[in-house]
Amino acid sequence: MKIIVTVKQVPDTSEVRIDPKTNSLVREGVPSILNPEDRNAVETALMLKEKYGGTVTALTMGPPQAEEVLEEVIAMGVDDGILLSDRAFAGSDTLITAFTLSRAVMKIGKFDLIICGRQAIDGDTAQVGPQLAGFLDLPQVTYLEDILIDKEDALIKRVLEDCIEEVRVKLPALVTVLSDVNQPRYPSLYNVSNACDGSLIKYWSAADLKVPDSMLGLQASPTGVKRIFEPDRGVHGELIKGDETLMAKTLIEKLKGLQAI
Amino acid sequence: MDFNLTKQQKLSRKIAREFAEVELEPFAQERDEKAEFPADAIEKLGKLGFMGIGIPKAYGGCALDSISYVLIIEELARACASTAIIVAVHNSVGAYPIYLLGTDEQKKKYLIDLASGKKLGAFALTEPNAGSDPGSIETTAERDGDNYILNGTKTFITSAKTSDTVIVMASTDRNKRGRGITSFIVETAFKGITAGVKENKLGIRASDTCELIFENCVVPVANVLGKPGTGLSAALKALSFGRVGVAAQALGVAGSAMESCVIYSKDRHQFGKPIAGFQAIQWMIADMATEIEAARNLIFKAAFLKDEGKPFSTEGAMAKLYASEVAMRTATKAVQIHGGYGCMKDYKVERCFRDAKVIEIYEGTSEVQRLIIARDILK
Repeated sequence: MKIIVTVKQVPDTSEVRIDPKTNSLVREGVPSILNPEDRNAVETALMLKEKYGGTVTALTMGPPQAEEVLEEVIAMGVDDGILLSDRAFAGSDTLITAFTLSRAVMKIGKFDLIICGRQAIDGDTAQVGPQLAGFLDLPQVTYLEDILIDKEDALIKRVLEDCIEEVRVKLPALVTVLSDVNQPRYPSLYNVSNACDGSLIKYWSAADLKVPDSMLGLQASPTGVKRIFEPDRGVHGELIKGDETLMAKTLIEKLKGLQAI
Repeated sequence: MDFNLTKQQKLSRKIAREFAEVELEPFAQERDEKAEFPADAIEKLGKLGFMGIGIPKAYGGCALDSISYVLIIEELARACASTAIIVAVHNSVGAYPIYLLGTDEQKKKYLIDLASGKKLGAFALTEPNAGSDPGSIETTAERDGDNYILNGTKTFITSAKTSDTVIVMASTDRNKRGRGITSFIVETAFKGITAGVKENKLGIRASDTCELIFENCVVPVANVLGKPGTGLSAALKALSFGRVGVAAQALGVAGSAMESCVIYSKDRHQFGKPIAGFQAIQWMIADMATEIEAARNLIFKAAFLKDEGKPFSTEGAMAKLYASEVAMRTATKAVQIHGGYGCMKDYKVERCFRDAKVIEIYEGTSEVQRLIIARDILK
């Protein structure tokens, strides 16, 4: 089967700070990493490839250095990668990112399955996967926990808040996976020379996708970031005093007041 | 001149760092204390290509360059110096001599399994009476038809108990001293070879180090590595490369000790401020950083020369000498900065201190490195 995995290079958010004066992310000196849930998506793809045969292509969009994540996933065992990189793509919101990715998928041609990580740690929107399915008019199954291929269909278990739903979906389809779906393998040193010799990565621009600039990037994006701020992490504790009955009564009153009970 | 790492080098370092942080670092202290060989980590490393880093793909390796090799060893050593030396010894003196000097048959029979991590390699030159003076080894190999019969004792052999093949240097003609030494590929499953008691060491404790005793050990003539009588020069060639790996290991230990100091000195408060605010500490950390940078450049230079096919034994000796002494100086200062805590096993700098001392001694003591460098300059 032919599998496409979408991956994204993100700043390591554990090391990102917010400049309180400008309310913008301080990204200088912050290492870029492969988005954690995309790593699970790659592992899911590789496990399916090992079980059912076929190929896995990784697709990413970003500046030229985003090819590092393609090299990394090729070292994990992905067959090849495509980097969508063009100044025209800059500033894309989730909708236009999904639109651009959809055009790349159309250019790739026939495929059976697209696997995405649920969300990226820099935006936490979880929108691109579902939007990509929308642009490609594909059935989508989010929050995948397990997948089996049954002829033309995929049998999928998806994790919801209070239950696990079993779904049968016709291929081709798009799925998004969670971080606890599997334990991603390490990239292998055996694959490093192949991953880095440039032969397995294609670079596509806006012209390659045959999309006019007016439909791409910041200018085409209906949403924008208004402000970035750190949530108030202050702990507002209150010590209730008195005998046990009084403390219990006070606590109940306060909880009722907060509509917590 | 280009100081930038290539994509291949950056990705190799990233892979090694990620593995080391997850698979080595959390277990290193316990393994050190118990002197426990990291068998599961070595198996995983083998599957990921770490046991054949520079060996061509045709022989089961990864075909990576020597800069990638030193970056990988450094990263492993930052987390666990013992695991780093097991990997470095295997690559540089366990497998590389077979690639360098082996026949096609020997490469097929031994190198593929070594490079793909299915088998573990060791190297046996040092003897109780022949350490820095390897020409005086007493282990003998006598020809007997299609075999050689080996007798003698090797000492301080890394991975002696756990290895599958050992490159053994033995004298085939004692009168010729260094020119009468021959290298053999010896399987540890051969009759007449036994590993002695595991040594209880100061540092690098998770790597198993033992004697290897040869009592009428029968080794086929087909297992002679290179030409008879060229064993010592083969050993020295392998050791030249080995030293570069050990230098990288020293760099990892030094880097790790310094990182601990940076974190600790910002966190530890005395006299109302972090101790990083005192010049006494700042100067120590500045010296550490400067020496580490200098050591790294010496190591890169030696690795670069090797990949260019140019002589590198002097630069390799310089790298080993300097990096190992930097590791010792850095670890000593690191313990000092940590004060009483630095003397406790709960703090990593205590292990770095013990590991660094061993690194100054094995793969040629600092004195032997100076001898090699001086010989080259005064020739």
